[in-house]
Amino acid sequence: MSTLTREPTTVADGVGTSAPRPDGILKVSGEFAYSSDLWADEMLWGATVRSPHPSAEVRAIDITGALAVPGVYAVLTADDVPGAKRYGLEVVDQPVLAVDEVRYEGEPVALVAADHPETARRAAARIKVEYAVRAPVTDPEEALSRGDLVRHVPVHRFASAGGDALTADVVVTGTYEVGMQDQAFLGPESGLAVPAEDGGVDLFVATQWLHVDQKQVAACLGLPPELVRLRLAGVGGAFGAREDLSMQVHASLLALHTGKPVKMVYGREESFFGHVHRHPARLEYEHGADRSGKLVYVKARIVLDGGAYTSSTPAVVANAATLGVGPYDVPTVVVDAYGVYTNNPPCGAMRGFGAVQACFAYESQMDKLAAAIGVDPVEVRRRNAMTTGSVMPTGQIVSGPAPVDELLALVRDRPLPPAATGDPRERPGGVANTTRGEAVVRGVGYAIGIKNVCFSEGFDDFSTARVRLSVLGGEPAVLVHTAAAEVGQGLVTVQAQIARTELGVSRVTVATADTSVGSAGSSSASRQTYMTGGAVRAACQAVRATVLARVGRTDALSLVDGKVVASDGSVVASLVDLLGEGDVEEIVEWRHKPTRPLDPETGQGDAHVQYAFAAHRAVVDVDTELGLVRVVEIATAQDVGKAVNPQAVVGQIQGGTAQGLGLAVMEEIQVVDGVIRNPSFTDYLIPTILDMPPMEVDVLERGDPDAPYGLRGVGEPPTISSTPAVVAAIRAATGLALTRVPVRPDHIALAP
Amino acid sequence: MRVTCVVNGETRQADDVWPGESLLYVLRERLGLPGAKNACEQGECGSCTVYLDGLPVCSCLVAAGQADGRTITTVEGLATGSGEEQLDRVQRAFLATGAVQCGFCTPGLIVAVHDLLARDPAPTDPDIREALAGNLCRCTGYEKIMEAVRLAATS
Repeated sequence: MSTLTREPTTVADGVGTSAPRPDGILKVSGEFAYSSDLWADEMLWGATVRSPHPSAEVRAIDITGALAVPGVYAVLTADDVPGAKRYGLEVVDQPVLAVDEVRYEGEPVALVAADHPETARRAAARIKVEYAVRAPVTDPEEALSRGDLVRHVPVHRFASAGGDALTADVVVTGTYEVGMQDQAFLGPESGLAVPAEDGGVDLFVATQWLHVDQKQVAACLGLPPELVRLRLAGVGGAFGAREDLSMQVHASLLALHTGKPVKMVYGREESFFGHVHRHPARLEYEHGADRSGKLVYVKARIVLDGGAYTSSTPAVVANAATLGVGPYDVPTVVVDAYGVYTNNPPCGAMRGFGAVQACFAYESQMDKLAAAIGVDPVEVRRRNAMTTGSVMPTGQIVSGPAPVDELLALVRDRPLPPAATGDPRERPGGVANTTRGEAVVRGVGYAIGIKNVCFSEGFDDFSTARVRLSVLGGEPAVLVHTAAAEVGQGLVTVQAQIARTELGVSRVTVATADTSVGSAGSSSASRQTYMTGGAVRAACQAVRATVLARVGRTDALSLVDGKVVASDGSVVASLVDLLGEGDVEEIVEWRHKPTRPLDPETGQGDAHVQYAFAAHRAVVDVDTELGLVRVVEIATAQDVGKAVNPQAVVGQIQGGTAQGLGLAVMEEIQVVDGVIRNPSFTDYLIPTILDMPPMEVDVLERGDPDAPYGLRGVGEPPTISSTPAVVAAIRAATGLALTRVPVRPDHIALAP
Repeated sequence: MRVTCVVNGETRQADDVWPGESLLYVLRERLGLPGAKNACEQGECGSCTVYLDGLPVCSCLVAAGQADGRTITTVEGLATGSGEEQLDRVQRAFLATGAVQCGFCTPGLIVAVHDLLARDPAPTDPDIREALAGNLCRCTGYEKIMEAVRLAATS
């Protein structure tokens, strides 16, 4: 069930409608070509040898056993990497293949290409690597004390000049932990590299940002970027895990060495080692408030485990710090966030990106504060809710709508779900449980979160769109071409909707994303509808101006249904006639308003582009004897500015909420001494349809005047606050403190 | 070895099959039918679900040799043509409700729902959840998949 405010639209399947996905029929019929579905004549299969140790010197690699296997075409090590030996998103520090040492379990050491995937795997198993194993550093606090710091972001803001003493009538403190979450996209890392006659390579791959891949792959291959051509293959989900490279350089190396197309497809176990994860975190918080619950100060220390290489840890740390007090007015803020290097698996981007960890802590604190002053949890949040014009801890003014109070009221005022019917399938643990529900207690919890949209801290964040208007088969047609990655969110749909609305043409084709057009930036930070949507709109507007200039009139004209229409509604010309002079094509590079770096000492600065908000109410049943939790219902309210595609917006909100529920009660990569203990869907649990409750969604559309169509990034906010809402509900049912996610049965059933 | 089976109504033959290959691998890599998906290849996610002699199975858990002489229907075999009108009602319902995002779980889910509705034309919500508990989806949170099943059941 969803409620949406709808605006009438004059264009079928334009902006504001739930236009169908252009790739939908292919996807339901099994014809859509994902990156693991590709095939080429004489294609070989690649396999990767990975380190079994979280920390070791690599003394020697003996590949002779692998080379002797019939069907093997190439065995490569770091010595065979012709260009840069390392790559990275922000810092170039991650080896393509291990150079002298390995720093995490699963680090790639060697590659094999063979004529069958099993041949490649068996040959890989015959490569002998001599390791001198070292004791891994796995404790982030130890890493910090050793100086293995990726980045420290202080955000210090005081109500009065000269600093304030951190004192208040009511003080609540807490220390919280967040486990390592996996994106667990379903389509494994995969792609096909095809060597080209010009000495370059054509790479068909599932990624979030084609151009940043291209730059890194070209550097490692020692080729100019124009000889490394990337084309987006079908992407089976991303959620941040495809922002870093996985098999891109490896498959290209093997293809260039063998002169044959090479396909690589990770299995599920390898996938757990093949991409970065959500940073585990330890968060110490102190909230000071007056007796009415009005916040006076927040002090926090956040330590994020970045694992073995830098990845996007610097930006994750900045998010945790700058968003660290939540969507509240706080006069004095002293937040220090640290990202550290360890020998744990590398961590980087995952939906929510630093805001998730902080939200679990600050929302747990708000509940503690509510209890301390004796008001209900929603009320204490509303008393501190930020509004338009509020000042962030960075000093940045929140210029757009910030309906925090309204979102909280929406989830609070939803009717509560009915009591359990007694159907055993509705019990925590389902039909396989071992009680009859004698100790089941219901609880309700609330949370709200804040997320930045687009890239921050002065990053030159842009997207490029090419739009061509022509005549096909006697009717006007639009081609939209960008490099933006459709990862499932519906970006291809949105691009077509924008072109229809701006050009009044129903026939729109969105070309497959590739590197023959300029960069669109990453499908991350909830930014693509804003950025590539903005670029497509700008390019369409340029096309419209050019084509209307052909009419030769000075009055206001618009494009409706393939015709040029004057302000009185009369038809002035047909597009088909105007295009007789030739097609119209425009390429536009589009930017959001600029941001500023954070002051490195104080963390002050207008670092973010836009803020987005979502609130959750969770209702849970807890079997307090067995420690089992069933989430009965989740209500969500989110401000999306403008629902460009209402159906897709609700899909993002529900899907994001599910990932937050997963972090609350089941999802954790369990790492012991640097070794992953559960790299499979048998042992790393993501929510099934039995674990997910009905989700009620309220969508607010408070337009942001700075954003295209007033829209607000949608993808991440729902993931952020669903975790603390579920945990708050479990606390309400059990009375337990529950300071760590995911909450496990023993945290409840065996609580002292 | 040689594997011969009837796939989507057609007799198909694959030669030089390594005995360790799964039915999923044969379908995807030897018969040109990549509709069944390879999300986990260990029977946990349901993305590779196909009919084997009329029963839904995880094709990643069926050895290629076990499929010899059997009848298989994949997601590619459910529609009667390539247009939207020729899609099966389950496929149409997934599109209409927005149950498809990245779509990697979709082929397996569509076969599983097709099977559910053949067995139980009017499933309750708990029945739907139980029937689809073996099919993981990471994008939707399953709400729109529930809507799709309800819609398909009434269309």
